[in-house]
Amino acid sequence: MSRTSRFKFRLYVAGDTQNSAQARANLDAICRDHLPGQHEIEIVDVLKEPKCALADGIFMTPTLVKLGPAPARKIVGTLNQTETVLQALGLGQEMVTA
Amino acid sequence: MKTRKTPKVHSSKALTGIEGFDEITHGGLPRGRTTLLEGGPGSGKTLFALRFLVHGAQDCNEPGIFVAFEETSKRIVANAESFGWKLEELQRKKIFFLDAQPTPDLIQSGSFDLGGMLAALGAQAKAMGARRIVFDAIDIVLALLPDAAAKRREIHRLHEWLLASGLTGLITAKSGGDDATSISQQPFGFMQFMVDCAVVLNHRVELGVSQRNLRVQKYRGSNFDENEAPFVIGNGGFDVAISRMLGRVDTTVTNERVTSGVARLDTMLGGGYYRGASVLITGFPGTAKTTLSGAFAEAACKRGERTMFIGFDSDGTEVIRNLSSVGIRLDRFAKSGILSMISARTITGSAETLLVRIKALARAHKARCLVIDPVSTLSKAGNELTAHGVAERLIDWSKSDGITLVCTSLLDEMHGQTQTGTPLQISTLADTWIHLNYLVQAGERNRGLSIVKSRGTAHSNQVRELILSDAGVTLADIYTAGGEVLMGALRWEKESAELVANEVAEVAGKLKLVTLDAEEAVLEVRAKSLQTELVAKQVEKTLLARTTASREGALSRGRVRMQQLRGGDVPVSGTTGRKK
Repeated sequence: MSRTSRFKFRLYVAGDTQNSAQARANLDAICRDHLPGQHEIEIVDVLKEPKCALADGIFMTPTLVKLGPAPARKIVGTLNQTETVLQALGLGQEMVTA
Repeated sequence: MKTRKTPKVHSSKALTGIEGFDEITHGGLPRGRTTLLEGGPGSGKTLFALRFLVHGAQDCNEPGIFVAFEETSKRIVANAESFGWKLEELQRKKIFFLDAQPTPDLIQSGSFDLGGMLAALGAQAKAMGARRIVFDAIDIVLALLPDAAAKRREIHRLHEWLLASGLTGLITAKSGGDDATSISQQPFGFMQFMVDCAVVLNHRVELGVSQRNLRVQKYRGSNFDENEAPFVIGNGGFDVAISRMLGRVDTTVTNERVTSGVARLDTMLGGGYYRGASVLITGFPGTAKTTLSGAFAEAACKRGERTMFIGFDSDGTEVIRNLSSVGIRLDRFAKSGILSMISARTITGSAETLLVRIKALARAHKARCLVIDPVSTLSKAGNELTAHGVAERLIDWSKSDGITLVCTSLLDEMHGQTQTGTPLQISTLADTWIHLNYLVQAGERNRGLSIVKSRGTAHSNQVRELILSDAGVTLADIYTAGGEVLMGALRWEKESAELVANEVAEVAGKLKLVTLDAEEAVLEVRAKSLQTELVAKQVEKTLLARTTASREGALSRGRVRMQQLRGGDVPVSGTTGRKK
């Protein structure tokens, strides 16, 4: 069961705006393709919880934060460049070797 | 039409607290709307924005939010300390800093928007009751966006959010300055069309001297001063220079006279300088310009008026020592603090900087009388273009503050600009213009003083000789002989000659008197002796008459007797009846 919670994500979105919707879809796709059953996604809507964004230092939406495993990572944008996202998440190498 | 008024507080405008800018815009930035502030690196954008927030928080009870995209809030707060703004204090309640600098390790994939930040800011603004907001260096975050359309979209989002929030917004962005082509090339150039007010800051270097300018490019729904206005970043922050020549309404004109410090010069001017007037003393090096202005300063201090003496040529203590050699004693006033001696040798920079420094110093000292020696320093290399405007504003400012200003101006002997005017053309602005020159004659150099003009007062047309001695400064009449003006030793010679001539004449007169006395005495004596002689003659004459009569009597008596004796029958006439 520890494998299912290996990757902890938090995605900050701004309601249902285009960028945010895209990011949610892209994140879902990446997790489905590369981290099946090994991820946890928390969605924070900054329009609903603005204080949270302020406290976490989130100024651009959408922003994906990888809370675990270390190192923590912050990725800004719609996550449409899968390669970049995977590399940032530390999954790039695996892709190459696989 | 510019008016010199304290900016009216418009409900539609938010004061920035930046001196000059509030006057140019007639009250500050458009309230509840967005202003774009553009400028090159180091042009003062952040400072302008910060001043706007500090003024709002401190003086207008309008808390604000500072969104820092470039510099960290820590550094901004530290930098602001040097201007004496208590940001740390304000930070707790009135000014909120949001550090929104993109971190260098930020990974980006695809487009993004500012929705999250705006939502966060909206919550913060509501919580603290913010009325003003600054987005500093928006270009930083825009550069991260993948294409022009995305940039434009985010600008729109920001603009829409600002309008909806009702905050008075100020967005700063880098630009190549006030250059039209560069603006159209910039990806956020369209921002200028979108915002309600656009301000451009320029920073140029001319002949090695830094010149800063501010220009309001547009201001919807308000008139404004369209010209470039020089500004200075000084100790107190941001100071925009504006000319107040037109419509100077609150300048009170007075008939009060203040002494020039030289009694005879006061007489020439019909009682002295006017209070609040600007006086220009021109002359070649060494014509006693400093001395004359020192005399003015001393007289002002004696009246108990706070005075400031700004010397560009020499150190304050040197001026005091040098002036004491001609009986002008400023040391005691400098000690008591009524006189402030400023050595401005060390102040470098543009004419604007100098003016701002002068104004700040004079205000801090609460000066009523101000001496600037020499004001021609303003037009040093690199400042030729701006110096005239600065001189104009200097006079204008001193007038509106009721300060009596005495400026000296160096004339270049080589160019022979004797009467043609000063390099600053300040001579046309000054109320009173005193010209000092040398007369080289008979192996001497003597100082001559004349009043070229003095507005509103009858003044002497005579050239006077300016004499400096350890007893003080005084003027002397000069002699004209055969069309030549005599000064110095020649004048003395002429004076001595006249003195001798006078003495000779006096002695001669006395001598004549004595002679006349003597003659009179002689005549008197003669008159007396003649009188005596006359009396003697008269006596003699009486005697003669008496003897004649007695002789005749004796004769007739003798004749009668003889007849009687002779028994004559012919009566002797006159005696016949008697002796019958």
